[in-house]
Amino acid sequence: MAAGTAQEAILRASTFIRDDMVYSLSHLEALEAESIFIMREAAAELERPVLLFSGGKDSAVLLRLAEKAFRPARFPFPVMHIDTGHNFPEVLAFRDRRMAELGERLIVRRVQDSIDQGRVVEERGPNASRNKLQTVTLLDAIQEFEFDAAFGGARRDEEKARAKERIFSFRDEFGQWDPKNQRPELWNLYNGRIRKGEHVRVFPISNWTEIDVWHYIERERLELPPIYFAHERDVFERQGMLLSVSPYVQLNRGEEPFRAQVRFRTVGDATCTGAVRSAAATIEDVIVETLGFRIGERGMTRADDKFSEAAMEDRKREGYF
Amino acid sequence: MIAGPDHRAQGELLRLSTAGSVDDGKSTLIGRLLYETKQIFDDQLEAVERASKQQGADYLNLALLTDGLRAEREQGITIDVAYRYFATPRRKFIIADTPGHIQYTRNMVTGASMADLAIVLVDARRGVLEQTRRHALLASLLRVPHLAVCVNKMDLVDYSQQVYEAIEAELSEFTARLDVIDVTFIPISALNGDNVVHRSQNMPWYEGVPLLYHLEHVHISSDRNLIDVRFPVQYVLRPMNDAYHDYRAYAGQVAGGIMKPGDEVLALPSGFETRISSIDSTDGPVAEAFPPMSVAIRLEDDLDISRGDMICRPHNQPAVSQDLEVMLCWFSDTPMRQGGRYGLKHTTRNARALIKELRYRLDINTLHRDESATALALNEIGRATLRTTAPLFFDPYRRNRQTGSFILIDEASNNTVAGGMILQGS
Repeated sequence: MAAGTAQEAILRASTFIRDDMVYSLSHLEALEAESIFIMREAAAELERPVLLFSGGKDSAVLLRLAEKAFRPARFPFPVMHIDTGHNFPEVLAFRDRRMAELGERLIVRRVQDSIDQGRVVEERGPNASRNKLQTVTLLDAIQEFEFDAAFGGARRDEEKARAKERIFSFRDEFGQWDPKNQRPELWNLYNGRIRKGEHVRVFPISNWTEIDVWHYIERERLELPPIYFAHERDVFERQGMLLSVSPYVQLNRGEEPFRAQVRFRTVGDATCTGAVRSAAATIEDVIVETLGFRIGERGMTRADDKFSEAAMEDRKREGYF
Repeated sequence: MIAGPDHRAQGELLRLSTAGSVDDGKSTLIGRLLYETKQIFDDQLEAVERASKQQGADYLNLALLTDGLRAEREQGITIDVAYRYFATPRRKFIIADTPGHIQYTRNMVTGASMADLAIVLVDARRGVLEQTRRHALLASLLRVPHLAVCVNKMDLVDYSQQVYEAIEAELSEFTARLDVIDVTFIPISALNGDNVVHRSQNMPWYEGVPLLYHLEHVHISSDRNLIDVRFPVQYVLRPMNDAYHDYRAYAGQVAGGIMKPGDEVLALPSGFETRISSIDSTDGPVAEAFPPMSVAIRLEDDLDISRGDMICRPHNQPAVSQDLEVMLCWFSDTPMRQGGRYGLKHTTRNARALIKELRYRLDINTLHRDESATALALNEIGRATLRTTAPLFFDPYRRNRQTGSFILIDEASNNTVAGGMILQGS
C-alpha cells in the first residue's frame, strides 16, 4: 500500500483547485448527518429500539431525523409517549396529529396506571409533580416490551450532568446510569452491546444546542405544539416562574392568577414547566428571542431542576430520560 | 446585541479537544471562551459567583462553569470527557474537554478521536513538561490535523517574550519528530483574557492572532479525505410497500471521496461492479455526496450487499486483510493479553480479533519502545498484530481516520476496552 507522499501531495494540491465551500457542510448539515448516522447505527445494532416522544421541540426534531434516516421505509421502531396525565392538551393533540401523518405505531403508557397499580405513590403538597414518577412508568414499559434501546431527545448543552453523557448511554438491568463508569466513545464507533435486560439510551441530538434545534425547526418548517409561540394564558407566579393555571396545580395562599401573553420554552409536565412572557409568534421571532436569552432553558422554565444543584444528575442515575 | 436570525446556522462545525494538567488553567481557558462568546447564561454565572465566594476565591472562578458532576464539585477535579458548545458568527465549536490527571490517556484519546484541532496548554512558569510532550504525542498519534499550543499564565512571567520563545523552540523540536500536521503557538493568559478572544495589549511582540480568531479561521475543509471513495454500508433501506415495491438503497455516512450518480463502483467483499443510479436524501436526490454526509445510495444492478460491506471505486480500493499491524490504546483495568480474543468494531463491521503479538509498548513520555513488554495495562499504548475472524476493508489511519480506526470490546462485560489505529496489513 503506497501511503505515499505523492498521493498526499495530490490530495493537498487538489484542495487549491476546488472551491472550498463546495465540499464542506454547514454546521447544521453536519449535525444532521451525525444524528442520522446515530439513528441508523442504533437501529442496526439493537433488536428492539423505541423512540421516546415527549411532545416537545426536541421530540419533533427526532421524528424528522427518523424520517431522514429511514424513509421511504417505515421506522424500524415504534414511538412511545410516557403520559404523566398532566399534559397540556395542545401537546396531546399535536402528538396524535403528527403520528397520524407519519403512519407509525404509537405506544402510550400512563403514570396514572402506575399509581393505580401501586407501583408509585403520588406526591403531595403544592410542588407535587409526576415528573419523577414517570421514571418508573418508563422502566416498566421498557421491560414490558423488552426494548433494548430507547432514543431520547436530550442534549448535552441542557445541563451539566448531560454534558458528560455518551451518545450510546448504557443502562444496567435496573435502568441506572453510572456516570463514573461509562464506556469510552471514540470516533463514530458506538458500542451497543448489552446483555438481556439491559438497555441503551441513544441520544442522536446530543451535540445540538437549543438554537440549533430552532434553526432546524425553521429550516424544516416543523410543526410544533402551539404553546411554543406567544399566546394569552392564565398563569400565576411561583419561585420566579410563571406556571399555567390548570386542574393539576394547587394555588398556594398569596398566589393570584392573572392573564399574560406567554409562550413555553420547554414543554414537559404541566405542573413543573414554566412559561416566559413573550410576543414571539413565529419560528423566526423565537430564534431572535432565543439568541437574546440570558438564562438557560432549564434554569428558566423547569422547576424540577431547581430544587438542588445535582437534581438532574440524581434523577438520571435512577433512569430518568 | 442580536444579529440576524440566520447568522449562526451557516458556519462550519469545528470539533476541538483540550488537554491539560492539574492547575495549568484549562478549565479557566474554556470558561473564558464560553464567557467571552456569551454562551454563559446569567443563571449559570450567578451559580459560579456564588460558588467562587464559597470557595473563598477573590475573582470569578470561570473553571467552575465546566465542572459537571457532583463528585467533581466535591473534589474539585474533572472526571471524564465533557462536551461544551459555543458559536461565533463564523463557526460553531464543540469542545471535548478532558481532564489531565487521571485516566489521562483514555480520556484524551476519546476526545482527540473526533477532533479537528487539539489545544495543548503549557504553563509558562513551568515550561515544557513531560505531560506537555504526552499531550502533543497523543494528538499526533490520533492524527488531529491541527495543534494549537497555548502558552498560558503569561501574566505570571511578566509577559516575557523570551520565556515564550524558549518554550516554542523546545516544543517545536519535539513536535518536529512527531509528524504533527500543523502547529500554532499562542501566548495567552486565560485568567486575564490576553490573546484568548482579543489581542493582548501586554504582548505587542506577538505577531500572531488570538486563539479564537485562529479557531474561527483555521483551514479544515481539506482535512477530510476527498480522494478515496469509501462508503461503509450501514443500513439497507427496503420499504417493501406498493409505492416503493422494488426500492432498495444502501444507507450510510460517506467516509471518504466524492460520489456522484453514474460513477462506477465496486462492492466489497463481493467484488461486483456496477454504477450509482442515484443518491437519495429525504430532501430529494443529491448531485454529489462527500464526507461526512449521511445518504442512501441506489445502484444500477441488484447486488447482494448488506451492513458491513464497503462501496468504493474499482481503481481505488481499500486494503483487505485479516492480519493487521495496529497501535492500541488500552482503556480497561483488565490488562490486554497476548493471545486474548476480543470483539472488534470497524466502520459498520463487527468481527472478532485475536491479539497475536505485542510488538512493543510505547512510553508516551519518552517515546521509548519497550519490546520486552507482553501486556498493556490501563492507559498504555503499544503496537500489536491482530488476526480477525473476517477480512476488514481499511485504509491506514493516517490516510483516513474513519476507515483506519476500530474499537475492541470485552466479550464478557461488553465494555469498550481499547481504541485502535491501523498502520497497515501484515
